Amino acid sequence: MPRWGMVIDLDKCFACQSCTVACRMENNTPVAGPDQTARGRAILWNEVLPFIEGEYPKVHVQLIPRPCQMCDNPPCIHVCPVKATYKTDEGIILVDYKRCIGCRFCAVACPYQVRYFNWYVPEWPAALKAHLNPDPEVQPRPRGVIEKCTFCIQRLRKAREKAEAEGRPFTATDYVPACVQTCTGHARYFGDLDDPNSLVHQLAHSPRAFRLLEEMGTQPKVYYLKQG
Amino acid sequence: MDRTHRESDLERTVLGPLRKTSMQFWLVIAVLGGLVLMGAVLLGRQWTTGLGVTGLKRPIYWGVYISNFVFFIGISHAGTLISAILRVTQAEWRRPITRIAEAITFFALILGALQLWIDLGRPDRILFLFFFGRFQSPLLWDVTCVTLYLLSSTLYLYLPMIPDLARLRDRMTDAPRWRRRIYTVMAAGWHGSHEQHRRLERGISIMAVLIIPIAVSVHTVVSWIFGMTMQPMWHSTILGPYFVVGAIFSGIAMLFIFMTIVRRAWHLERWIKAKQYDYLGILLLVMSAFWGYFTLSEYLTTGYSSLINEVQVLLAKIQGEYAPWFCAMVFCNLILPFAILIRRKGRTPTGAFIVAVGVAIGMWIERYTIIAPSLTRPALMARFAIYTPTFTEVGLTIASLALFALLFLLFFKLFPAISVWEVEEGQAVAAARQKAEELLRQGQLEPTLPTP
Repeated sequence: MPRWGMVIDLDKCFACQSCTVACRMENNTPVAGPDQTARGRAILWNEVLPFIEGEYPKVHVQLIPRPCQMCDNPPCIHVCPVKATYKTDEGIILVDYKRCIGCRFCAVACPYQVRYFNWYVPEWPAALKAHLNPDPEVQPRPRGVIEKCTFCIQRLRKAREKAEAEGRPFTATDYVPACVQTCTGHARYFGDLDDPNSLVHQLAHSPRAFRLLEEMGTQPKVYYLKQG
Repeated sequence: MDRTHRESDLERTVLGPLRKTSMQFWLVIAVLGGLVLMGAVLLGRQWTTGLGVTGLKRPIYWGVYISNFVFFIGISHAGTLISAILRVTQAEWRRPITRIAEAITFFALILGALQLWIDLGRPDRILFLFFFGRFQSPLLWDVTCVTLYLLSSTLYLYLPMIPDLARLRDRMTDAPRWRRRIYTVMAAGWHGSHEQHRRLERGISIMAVLIIPIAVSVHTVVSWIFGMTMQPMWHSTILGPYFVVGAIFSGIAMLFIFMTIVRRAWHLERWIKAKQYDYLGILLLVMSAFWGYFTLSEYLTTGYSSLINEVQVLLAKIQGEYAPWFCAMVFCNLILPFAILIRRKGRTPTGAFIVAVGVAIGMWIERYTIIAPSLTRPALMARFAIYTPTFTEVGLTIASLALFALLFLLFFKLFPAISVWEVEEGQAVAAARQKAEELLRQGQLEPTLPTP
């Protein structure tokens, strides 16, 4: 069974935000508008975070693209009172939108802030609404529940179905999330962390590899390759 | 009890407000009712449009509502815990104030649970907590403990009311039918026999002991919904006892507030006396000192370290945007009580009332400054966030306080605010003791120790 993981090479990322946009189109996250976005209400399953270090004239901006870290020891799941969020056998953390009661405990517990809340009924401008992803798995979420990055779980299902239809075994390279597929600088790698021959496995063991807030013991499955 | 019974002073004063209602009372009820109505409208709007009407945002997912939840659960410790401890230690002065304390607990718990419901994104799914509850989640610990506490404090409020309910059944013969029915049913056939008294006392004693660990557990698990996460300044072992101390502290303050209001409005000055204010004032001072000690331990330990995530939350509180809140909290919880209550002359109803209002405000601020600053400065955040509560949140807080007061006042329009039979029992005990002392002094009684 694969253990899906991602590696992001910060040397190659130039913060073009195409991952953020591809994610939105693939997963139907609503448009919050400039007003609500300024109030911290935007839903961005993938976000490029600018960390500004130092002060003028010695300023360094570290840009970190941040999907869900898909922790192997996820704090969000420990605290959910109704089992609305769970980890699949392949290590992907999902939310059951029909079960979630909207208490936001998981969002408070997640040290990476990857969880987003539907403050209102999701909305799109008419032009965008006509182009929503029709996949039933990414149907717009109802008001009042939590949603988050799923590593494009719908793409995994489609890849499996496709392999079956073509009468060949499914392999880990058949499936990538939208952010990985679209990445302009080829900075993102995706695959099975448990397969010693996979690129992600090898990169995750590179001396440049690190994970966010590793000291918290969350054991994320998203690795970063240090810049410079 | 026979019909020719002549009412004692105590009965007359205590039952008086149940018989006659002044215009002022209805005016107060109308104002409170209006505020509750405003809250209902605001809540209706929140339920139809979404939690977007609040000032909450990412990453400040919890704010005023959760502060209110902790605050109300905190003041619920007024009653039951204080009354139980005083009962177990047989403090005689408790007698006239236990009923008020226990009623505060009951209504504060209902209001506390209501805050959690208001905070939910999907209030229609509240019952999922019972259908699909996961005991690994600290939130379910809260649901369990609060439910248990509500059930046991309802029983603990009801049991000592039974003899008084029987008295109401027998005396309030001119009351409307529905009220007499309530009294009859709730009195549960009490006729004051020796056996009934023995059983009642036994029941009350058991409940008084049982309720102390339950009350402690409730506020401990309330703190653990924060303590079990890894957010800076939440993930601390001190949080459990700190919250329990804060709960008892704010509980005593709430008891002071309501006991002074009832004493004044129901004319109970002869029964709730200087002694109650004096002793309870000392208890409040002790809790204030405890609270100060815990606060110092928590903040000094954090401040002395160089853990950047923790320190930046601390700085937000002592010199950042939360500094005014922090200063107000220290003033209300530490400086004000010591300034007024340290001298015996300060422990008067007026002095105690002023301090109690201060402590109630201070403890709300304490809850708020524990919850909000940590969330504005999480460990991984490119920029700090700022949280400003909206009118909806403030309005619902006011409405909740109004509903709390409304339920409390209506309750004591229907039931006596002082436990008549317990005060009578106290009078009998005091009289017997006085008589024994007199006999001793006259040498007619041998001072002997009870044989083991």
